[in-house]
Amino acid sequence: MKIKAVFTKTVFLFFILLLLGFRPDYGDSIVVGSIGEPRTFIPILASDSASGAICGLVYNGLVKYDKDLKLVGDLAEDWDVSEDGLEIIFHLRKDVRWHDGELFTARDVEFTYQSLIDPDVPTPYSGDFKMVEQFEVIDDHTARVIYKEPFSPGLSSWGMNIMPRHLLEGEDLINTKFSRDPIGTGAYKFKVWKTGERVELVSNHDYFEGRPYINRYIYRIIPDQATLFLELRAEGVDYISLTPLQASRQTTTRFFNENFQKFNFPSFGYTYMGYNLKDPRFQDIRVRQAINYAVDKQEIIRGVLLGLGRASTGPFIPESWAYNKDVKPLEHDPDKARSLLAEAGWKDKDGDGILEKDGMKFSFTIITNQGNEQRKMTIEIMQRRLKEVGIDVKIKIIEWSVFVSEFINKRRFDAVLLGWGLGQDPDMYDIWHSSKTKEGEFNFVSYSNSEIDKLLLDGRQTFDQEKRAKIYHRIHEILYKEQPYLFLYVPDSLPIIHKRFKGIEVGAAGIGHNFIKWNVPKNEQRYIR
Amino acid sequence: MIKYIFRRLIGLIPLLLGITIITFAVIHLAPGKPTDMETQFNPKVSMEARERMMTLYGLDKPIHIQYKDWLIRLLHLDFGISFVDSRPVMKKILERIPVTLGISLASIILILLIGIPIGVSSAVREGGFYDRSMTVFVFIGFAIPTFWLSLILMDLIGVRWGILPVSGIKSLEFEQFGFFEKIFDIARHLVLPVFVSAFGGLAGISRYMRSNMTNVLKQDYIRTARAKGLREKDVIYKHGLKNALLPVVTILGLSVPGLIGGSVIFESIFSIPGMGRLFYESVMTRDYPVIMGVLVIGASLTLLGNLLADVSYAAVDPRIKYE
Repeated sequence: MKIKAVFTKTVFLFFILLLLGFRPDYGDSIVVGSIGEPRTFIPILASDSASGAICGLVYNGLVKYDKDLKLVGDLAEDWDVSEDGLEIIFHLRKDVRWHDGELFTARDVEFTYQSLIDPDVPTPYSGDFKMVEQFEVIDDHTARVIYKEPFSPGLSSWGMNIMPRHLLEGEDLINTKFSRDPIGTGAYKFKVWKTGERVELVSNHDYFEGRPYINRYIYRIIPDQATLFLELRAEGVDYISLTPLQASRQTTTRFFNENFQKFNFPSFGYTYMGYNLKDPRFQDIRVRQAINYAVDKQEIIRGVLLGLGRASTGPFIPESWAYNKDVKPLEHDPDKARSLLAEAGWKDKDGDGILEKDGMKFSFTIITNQGNEQRKMTIEIMQRRLKEVGIDVKIKIIEWSVFVSEFINKRRFDAVLLGWGLGQDPDMYDIWHSSKTKEGEFNFVSYSNSEIDKLLLDGRQTFDQEKRAKIYHRIHEILYKEQPYLFLYVPDSLPIIHKRFKGIEVGAAGIGHNFIKWNVPKNEQRYIR
Repeated sequence: MIKYIFRRLIGLIPLLLGITIITFAVIHLAPGKPTDMETQFNPKVSMEARERMMTLYGLDKPIHIQYKDWLIRLLHLDFGISFVDSRPVMKKILERIPVTLGISLASIILILLIGIPIGVSSAVREGGFYDRSMTVFVFIGFAIPTFWLSLILMDLIGVRWGILPVSGIKSLEFEQFGFFEKIFDIARHLVLPVFVSAFGGLAGISRYMRSNMTNVLKQDYIRTARAKGLREKDVIYKHGLKNALLPVVTILGLSVPGLIGGSVIFESIFSIPGMGRLFYESVMTRDYPVIMGVLVIGASLTLLGNLLADVSYAAVDPRIKYE
């Protein structure tokens, strides 16, 4: 009896100690090193990744993506979508205050929406909000959005950071001082921006999801890759993104193993070769499939990414619900490629190793933009593999703005090597729909497939994630079979972070999703004040 | 003299105008638009949004109208608003100047302090072992790529030995420091950049100095001075050096624009927020107002520097007179 009591007590005590011991400590700073300088902290005008990174900590949207890329509430506690999908009602949190103490209300959301559709505001994000027919404030914490037609990507577009009406109403968003001194609702408050040096944020003790453990967030701007890496070695920065070379060769020393933790997970983007489908040679699906067999994707990943990536089979984030895991990348099979080409009428009659059809040699040029070494190397590796099956490939590298305005927009290319970055929502109407082929639009390969057109539309009008997943899985399957793009690879994101930071969790969304839970135990803290 | 300066200043105006016309045209003719960088290849950005931005920046007007607008603003000393972050161009430039100017001045002083003695002592020992090894030394400095030397020094001194900071101009805790700590902190950060830029510039001054000095030392008045029985020290420093320094004045005048020009490579590597980086970044983003602002200031300083060189030449050399 007595023994049991002691035992219970011990267990209880142990449990208390465990709880105390596991409560993370507050304090310390994280120094993030980056090449890019932010431009503005007006979220609806910020289109570069540096501004986006800071805005993401200072502001909140109504919704956000969690670590599994599922849409969850942020400033909105909850929302209802009407049966016909035309109406969304957002129920906002009632306990949120701006960094200056004002209460956050639906008026702020309304103000942000109006700024987004204001013709005098040069925002790149107006597209999704143009689909809104009406925005109504029902009360301080409820807002109703009515769409012209059912538009499921619309829901995720409300992840747009909300701006404070009481500070910005009547201000000229382009010239306001606010763009360098923002007030948000987010986990961190803006402190200072020294142009060309750093941006400094401090934690918001009253944050509605709880006070972040790390006190200061310092974004250091170091415009040179080599210097950035030296600063990492000198422990002048805590967190940078590595290149594949740095990740696989230069950070394997004892110093790095003892002081840093490395992560790798698929990035939100993929590299592909797009065919000009107006070109009769590429209109034959067998030719495109043959090229898919002839190119060894694993070899490219080994050579270009030093193994830090994966073969891509479709235009979705590999860990997301939209990605069809049943679509497997084809094996490298030059024999199959040859027989498919022969079937399509391409034969080597004069014995020079290059295939011909109707007296024309199979020779085409892949163009890509200047300044991206990975793309150049990718084409070089493909060039050799395609030579093996009798296709001659030439390479042309062109300065970015000429590349886009003179070659892509005017459709003056055989094939083009490029990459797409991916948003969390899988809607890609603008890239694949057959109506989006005008100059300056994004279906520049001129792909047209009535089933895809219909599925893209269905995908936009379906709100249920399971049903949407089915639609996008089908799109994925068709695109891989039809090969309007030769899908090549998804490079890994390669962040490296100082070992003193604990609580980092890798999910489909990467590592940033639980930043406010990152912490440093008291005895390891470096920046103490 | 004053009349001369006045006449020269008047003459600068059409010259400056010509420079602005040509640069304005060249910049606008280069492929690419300011709106490209933000909006191109982002499927979320509609055609309409892109056109809206063009109108907002006034880029839809014909180029001569754009130039006229720009020029009228310039006459009011308004360089316009940056396309990138909507801040006044003047403000962007002014916040960069102190750092670049500070580093340039420090490195010019260092170059003069080391370069002139090297030049003089080499000239005195012309053709000897000392002269030749100095030649090799300064040319190594001239030939070594800045970025390479910088990275090696950063790796050795900053990372391996941990004596000096790797990059930047201030520590993260700068704001908490006392006055002397602040000065010490900035000084520590500037040691490597100033050293690297001075090392590269040594060759110029020391070689000029050497060749001037060897010429001067062959002059008759030097022989006279020696014949008078003056001490060798007086011959070299009083009679020789004074005369040999005259052309250096010109070089200093010509280096005025370089003082605020800065260098892209160097500022990027040491991550110093200076003028070189501002200019480079604005070219890459086609930020026309900033590019034009930097160029106009640069051109004005070049022209003024030339004038200054001419005037100061007359001041130090009694043989030269302007009517």
